[in-house]
Amino acid sequence: MKKLLTATALIALSAGAGMAEDVKIGIILGFTGPLESITPAMAAGAELAIKEVNDSGKFMGGSTVTPVRADSTCIDAAAAQAAAERLITTDGVKAIMGADCSGVTGAILANVAKPNGIVMISPSATSPGLTTVEDDGLFFRTAPSDARQGEIIAEVLKDRGINSVAISYTNNDYGKGLADAIAAAVEAMGGTVTISAAHEDGKADYSAEIGALASAGGDALIVAGYVDQGGSGIIQAALDTGAFSTFVLPDGMYGTVLEEKFGSMLDGSFGTVPGTDSPGGSTFLELAAANGLDGTASYAPESYDAAALIMLAMQAAGSTESKDFKDKVMDVANAPGEPIYPGELGKALELLAAGQDIDYVGASAVELIGPGEAAGSYREYEFKDGKITTVGYR
Amino acid sequence: MDLLNAIVVLLNFVVIPAASYGAQLALGALGVTLIYGILRFSNFAHGDTMAFGTAIVILVTWAMQAAGIGLGPLPTALLALPFGIAATAALVLATDRVVYRFYRRQKAAPVILVIVSMGVMFVMNGVTRFMIGVDEIRFEDGARFLINATEFRKMTGLKEGLAFKTSQALTIVTAVIVVAALFWFLNRTRTGKSMRAYSDNEDLALLSGINPERVVAVTWIIAAGLAVIAGTLYGLDKAFKPFNYFQLLLPVFASAIVGGLGNPLGAIAGGFLIAFSEVGLTYAWKKVATYVLPESLAPDGLLQILSTDYKFAVSFALLVVVLLFKPTGLFKGKAV
Repeated sequence: MKKLLTATALIALSAGAGMAEDVKIGIILGFTGPLESITPAMAAGAELAIKEVNDSGKFMGGSTVTPVRADSTCIDAAAAQAAAERLITTDGVKAIMGADCSGVTGAILANVAKPNGIVMISPSATSPGLTTVEDDGLFFRTAPSDARQGEIIAEVLKDRGINSVAISYTNNDYGKGLADAIAAAVEAMGGTVTISAAHEDGKADYSAEIGALASAGGDALIVAGYVDQGGSGIIQAALDTGAFSTFVLPDGMYGTVLEEKFGSMLDGSFGTVPGTDSPGGSTFLELAAANGLDGTASYAPESYDAAALIMLAMQAAGSTESKDFKDKVMDVANAPGEPIYPGELGKALELLAAGQDIDYVGASAVELIGPGEAAGSYREYEFKDGKITTVGYR
Repeated sequence: MDLLNAIVVLLNFVVIPAASYGAQLALGALGVTLIYGILRFSNFAHGDTMAFGTAIVILVTWAMQAAGIGLGPLPTALLALPFGIAATAALVLATDRVVYRFYRRQKAAPVILVIVSMGVMFVMNGVTRFMIGVDEIRFEDGARFLINATEFRKMTGLKEGLAFKTSQALTIVTAVIVVAALFWFLNRTRTGKSMRAYSDNEDLALLSGINPERVVAVTWIIAAGLAVIAGTLYGLDKAFKPFNYFQLLLPVFASAIVGGLGNPLGAIAGGFLIAFSEVGLTYAWKKVATYVLPESLAPDGLLQILSTDYKFAVSFALLVVVLLFKPTGLFKGKAV
């Protein structure tokens, strides 16, 4: 009897409060583990967006949002799943901002988020495998897939009229993944990959590797490696033997070290590195600084955007239930609509409440494509007179 | 014209790199074989002796560069070489006095000396890293190329370029001079003859009044000289990094054993055999074949027998084959 009374009272209370409620959003990142140095800034980025929304007082008829942190460990799938399970069943979060590393993100999605029907937006999982994963429309990410850089490079090659390339990649997951992505994209555009061979980092001599690459031939050599490791050795050996004179250098090979080492010998070589010229980036830096946060930290802008997207989608759907707002995420992130930059979340909530469209640009120039992942903006650069110069943004 | 292109490609990617690598291995293997022949144990510290000597050469090179001393088109490191050899000889003589002499007097079994040399290896490892750090260092200066690939292409009008680095030429020339000098020393001088006598039959040599400590000391000095020259040439040609010299120990030993441990001629043959097999088996022959064969027979594949990842496996496969069929090595060495 007493229980019934309490229950009735509770229902009456919540009805009395109308729509206003306290919405919980889970922030699951690797606060311990290999990414522990950058995750505090990422979480702070997400919480900055939540604070901004709360301060505006315009979210869902005066509701507030409370972040709940949990540890993904980055590498331990079992621990990450347990943490996510706790967030959903005990804390009752309505959506999850996370996770960070691709492996645990996939595990949480498949075993926790999908069975419970909870939306997940990851700020930093870049594995191409997550593009095709079965997600019931619940999974999004504000970081681009590594496959995206492959496409960008293929486009750059096509625009420059280079049809056949050789690829040398550093022998690890990053190098192999990127090399495969580039090869697939180049071949899809009608180009040829003459050879895709691995190189080991930290060796003294790469003449044997270059011998094989040169024999296969190609107009340019794509070096999917690290600038401080074997990548430079490969370039050195290729220049020495005259095997290649044009190099394509993805993000791992970007560095001013190349200017010092090779100078004008690299003239005509080019590459891509993540970057944006959107005004949102600098606005976010100012906003972060004003709140005592380092905005230049890796993936902090993406985390801000991920949290913002969750709340804007809820507002657009007029519901905090994942099944209702999951379809709105793409709508608020992309055109048409009023462009929204960091610090304008209050305005965005107002527009949405009035039934108008918004195009969330945010800190990292968000544009969701395909199954809900960031298109990713890249800066195309080339070597001119021994210096790295920006060609444009893609 | 096509045949010429094929020859140039072959020279550029197989013959020149393999010849200079072979010369470096041969010099290293000579040192190993000398120690084995005279002191009767496999010196595992040889790779790190090379690293230590090269580190000294680099330090002296830097000092000379700062003082404005140079050799014009030749690398300054050549001038610094004697200093490196002197320092390394002092180090190995001191090591012999402190460590090896004790075990020699005990008439310790060779296998014990091998383990002792491993201990010495780790100490030298640490000393070198402490002195100069673990990073990759390039200390080559002077003219980089004798023949430049792009200029060669312009000059001859051929489609293929040929690059011949100063360091590669230097390696081959130095190796020839050093080997000639060593053979002259071993065969013509009194000290050399006493070393060979000591190697062939220790008791008989002692009976004929040869001073064993002198033979041992001279052997160490020559081995140190060979190690520093090999290490410096390798560093000039590629780059200096202590860990790479440790890794170099494997092909160096393979060369010495394939040629026949204790036989200097075998060490040289072994060095070139290992180098040419490593490069030849991992090279993609497509380009050469395309030039040589008529168009209808032009290959689609890369014609690469092994991926370059298996470079070290080649030396070991060769080693196993030789040990199975000719345990004393190609040139008759001492039984392993």
